[in-house]
Parts: sequence; C-alpha cells; structure tokens
Amino acid sequence: MNIQTLPRPKAPHSKTQPAKSQLPKGRPWKALLPETAPRAALGQIVRNEARLAWRLPAGLIFGVGLPVLLLIIFNEIPSFHQTQADLGGLTPFDVYVPILIAMVIAIIALISLPGPLVTYRDQGILRRLSTTPVPPSWVLAAQLVVQFCITITSLLILIVVSITAFGLDAPKNPGALVLAIVLSIAAMFAIGLCIAAVARTGIAARAIGAAAFYPMLFFSGMWFPRELMSGALQDISNFTPLGAAVEAIQDSIQGQFPPAEPLLVLAGYALVFALIARRFFRWE
Amino acid sequence: MKTPTAVQISHLSKAYGNVAAVDNVSLSVTEGEIFGILGPNGAGKTTTVECVLGLRAPDAGSISVLGLDPVRDAAELHPIVGAQLQESALPAKLRVGEILAEYRSFYREPADVGELIEGLGLAGKVKDYYRSLSGGQRQRLSIALALIGRPRVAVLDEMTSGLDPQARRDTWDLIERVRDRGVTILLVTHFMEEAERQCDRVALIDSGHVVAVDSPVGLAARASGGKSMRFVPSASFDDRLLTELPEVGNLTRNGSHVVVTGSGELVNTVILTLATAGVTARDVQLDTSSLEDAFVKLTGRHPHTEGVPA
Repeated sequence: MNIQTLPRPKAPHSKTQPAKSQLPKGRPWKALLPETAPRAALGQIVRNEARLAWRLPAGLIFGVGLPVLLLIIFNEIPSFHQTQADLGGLTPFDVYVPILIAMVIAIIALISLPGPLVTYRDQGILRRLSTTPVPPSWVLAAQLVVQFCITITSLLILIVVSITAFGLDAPKNPGALVLAIVLSIAAMFAIGLCIAAVARTGIAARAIGAAAFYPMLFFSGMWFPRELMSGALQDISNFTPLGAAVEAIQDSIQGQFPPAEPLLVLAGYALVFALIARRFFRWE
Repeated sequence: MKTPTAVQISHLSKAYGNVAAVDNVSLSVTEGEIFGILGPNGAGKTTTVECVLGLRAPDAGSISVLGLDPVRDAAELHPIVGAQLQESALPAKLRVGEILAEYRSFYREPADVGELIEGLGLAGKVKDYYRSLSGGQRQRLSIALALIGRPRVAVLDEMTSGLDPQARRDTWDLIERVRDRGVTILLVTHFMEEAERQCDRVALIDSGHVVAVDSPVGLAARASGGKSMRFVPSASFDDRLLTELPEVGNLTRNGSHVVVTGSGELVNTVILTLATAGVTARDVQLDTSSLEDAFVKLTGRHPHTEGVPA
C-alpha cells in the first residue's frame, strides 16, 4: 500500500463534534463530485447500466419497438393519409407522429427510468456504493445518460422512418423540434425520478408508472386526438405534460415556432418535479 | 511503543425511535488486528459498524477511523475503508467480471483482481451472471468488492454466513492473508468458531452494551473460571514452573500435550508464565469451556436465538 496517496488525517477537532448529515441527500454540489472518486468510474458505471438495459430489454421493446410497430400499422390504414378538415387540414398520420414521439418519451421516463433506481435502492446496491469513493448519485446520473440515449435513438428511428418511408413532411422548424423534444424529455424524466423517489419496490414503481402513463397518454390524444377534444378537455390537455409536449412538437413539425405556453408548461413540470425528486429521494 | 489505533469508538449511542440499538459503546481497535464484534441478533453489532462506515450518524458519542470522522470526512475515508454489508445484492444480469471491473474503477490503487478472486475461489466465475451464482458465491463476491480498493480498514458483516465449511475455511485463510498485509479487520459475527479462530480480540455485545472485550481464549477462560486447559508447549519446561503458581492445582502430561487444571485466571496466568520462560503455548484448548460457553454465561442467552426485539 502506498501511504503517500492516502489522504492526510483531518485536524483533531473534526473527531469530536458529532456530524449531522447522513447520506449525500441535500448536500452541496461538491458531494456529487468528490475529489477522491476517479472520473473514469462514471464511464464504467454507464457501460454496465447500458449492458443491463440491453440484457433486460423490456424497456427497449416497449420504448423503441412498440412505437415503430404502431407507426407501421397507422401507415397501413388508408384513411390515415387523407387530410381531414376537423384535424385542421392534417392527415391522421401527421397527427399521430407527435403522439408517438410523446409516447416513446413517456414509456422510457415512467417505466424504464425509475425501475432500476428503485431496485438498486431496494437491494442495497446504492447503500453499498455509499461506502465506496463513488457517490450513489453517479448511478442515477448513469441511468439518466443511458435512458436519454435510448430515447434519442428511438425518436430518430421514428422520425426518420416516418419521413423516408411513410411520406411525412420533413420538420419545417428542426431547431424548435429539438427544443420541444428536449423540454419534453426533461419534464417526463423529472416525473420518472419522482416515481423513483417515492416508490419503495420495483413493483410499486411499475404500478405508479403505469397509473401515471395511461391518463397522460389519453391527454396526449392517443385515443382521441387533441383536435377533436371538447374545449374543456383540450384545456386540461394543454396543462398535462404529454398534451403540452404533443402541442409543441406538432407546431415545430408544421413549421411554426411553438407558442410560449406549452414550452413553459414543460419547463415548469421539469423544474417542479426535479425539485420534488431531489427533496424526497432516499439512497437507502 | 504504542500501537496506533485504527478505529476508536467513544460512548456511541444510536436509537431507532424509542429503541436504543447501541447504548454508550466504547471500543478501540488496534491497527493490524482482527477485531470481532460478537453478539446475538439484534444486539447492535450492525448498527455499530454502520456508524463506523458513516452510513448512520451517531445520536451521541464519536467515532474516529484512521483519524477521520466517518460522516464528515466521508470523501477521505471511503478510499481507505472497504465494507461488506449484510443484505446487499448486485444487478442480476451483470457478469462477475463486469461488476469487479466497475468497482475496481472506483479506487485509485485497486487490488489485483485475479489474485483476489483466486483467493476467494471465484476465478472460474468471471463470465457468469450474478443471478446464476450460489448464495456462497455471491457472499464471496461481496467480500471481493470490500477488498478490491486495497483498504486499510475492512469491515465485514457476517462474511461467512451462507458459506459451506470449505468456502468458510478458504475465506478465513484469505482474511488472514489480508491481515498479514497490515489491514485492520472489523469482523461482525455471531458464529463462535469464526470468532475463536480468526479474531485477535473479541467484543461481546448484548442489547446495545459491551459485555466484555478480550481475546477469545480470555473470554472462554472467564466463563469457565479456568478450570482446565490443554496445550502443546513450544519447548520443554519444568513442571514446577506452573505447579508452584497459586492458580494451578494439577499438571499432567499426555504425549506432547500438557493438561493443567486449577482456578482463577488460570489460562492467562499459565500463558504469561510460560511466555516469561520463553515457552509458547500452542493449540490451547479449554476442555470445560469454549467461547460459546462464555457467550451464554456472559449474555445469558444462546448465540443463535434472537436478542432484544428490534
């Protein structure tokens, strides 16, 4: 053992006062990046989390496979490529692409993201990590990185297939589309982290995720496009995360920069739920 | 020369709600020793080591590990302390080698993984998924992760629970080799043979209190009153060396074995007297008493029964 690399003991006064805080919860930013934790460890954690996402592919099947399958089915329905006046002159296919984008984000955020985090806490993996130089928050960060990459990959497949194979017009405002998608991901991932914060077991996390998913999906217009909703339903939809996401994404594809309202709604969800998750997340 | 202290626990108290798990516990662990914390379930053993690791903040009292406060100086402490905790799993669909590579990357000067898993009998399991490991293999992987950072202090909580006798002996051998490198080991156990075989000193904890701290032989002697002991002397000695001691009643030789009966602090006195004469007592056995007897006598309960309700 090389003594020189070991940290020098602190001044004696540090031994006598009982310390108050326990695990990294609520500690300053510094606690997330301790100097003693090798940065290369984050890469190793991301690699193993990516392997796990690949080996337990339920998230990949539902988050990537199902939306593409729905896209193919919608494409096969002849009436889905005829413009309709009550859809504002769009085809049903045009209307459903943003809804499928929102669905991909929701599945990954509400189902794939919280599950592993809750299981890791339940099984004592986060607890074991808190005895190593690496803070358990790095696993959370790694999950966010991995699930973000899966989401982006899935959305790229969805959008590119829609345009190249199924005749969707290329997005007229790509910058706005990227902004709308990133804000949607931020809002939904924050909600997913909240589920991870409150659920005690992986089963509970899946139940809460599913309970949140279906109402949100309803207001995104999956069963009943937003254009056909009554005024009151549409008002509610505007203030749900997936309703706001679909509005912002649809506007960006159709060429307008989305109005401030859906973007602010998404940013608000991201901020509020991130704060709630931070407040209630437990490492053991 | 004073041996430096690795772990100093002073007046530690920790309660969960109204139940005191640990009440005014003070222990001092010397650098390089294997120190056992022995006690029935619910005695406060795990809570004590959780405080040592900084996983829990004490309600009262203080802890110093290599001069560091486990909670406040966590960032400095974690690279030099390794822990194997009870009831902690790993992701089911990661391979053993992948888990070891990940945990190895957490430390700036990690151990040699090949050597570590060889010593723990996991060398053939590197490509296996965690979920396909047996309970004993999982336990050994857990020990490997505690040692992978080449810690100066290792905390092992019930490390051989779930291991078969052979794996248990292999693990003991490994722990001895680790200690030979100067690592201080804090061993939580309710397994008598382990404490007897492995520990230099043992703290007997019951209902959150320290009942006794002594060598395993010393603890056993307390329970028996030192009625009878047998040992193999390292060199020949005159019987009168021992028979003239007030504690010794009778001395007989049985082949290479010497059997001494008596009373009082028999064991300590005999070993000390022999040592002054340059003779080491090897294979010391206490015929009428064991650590288990000491346990029952000092705590009033059998080691495998439940302690106070948690």
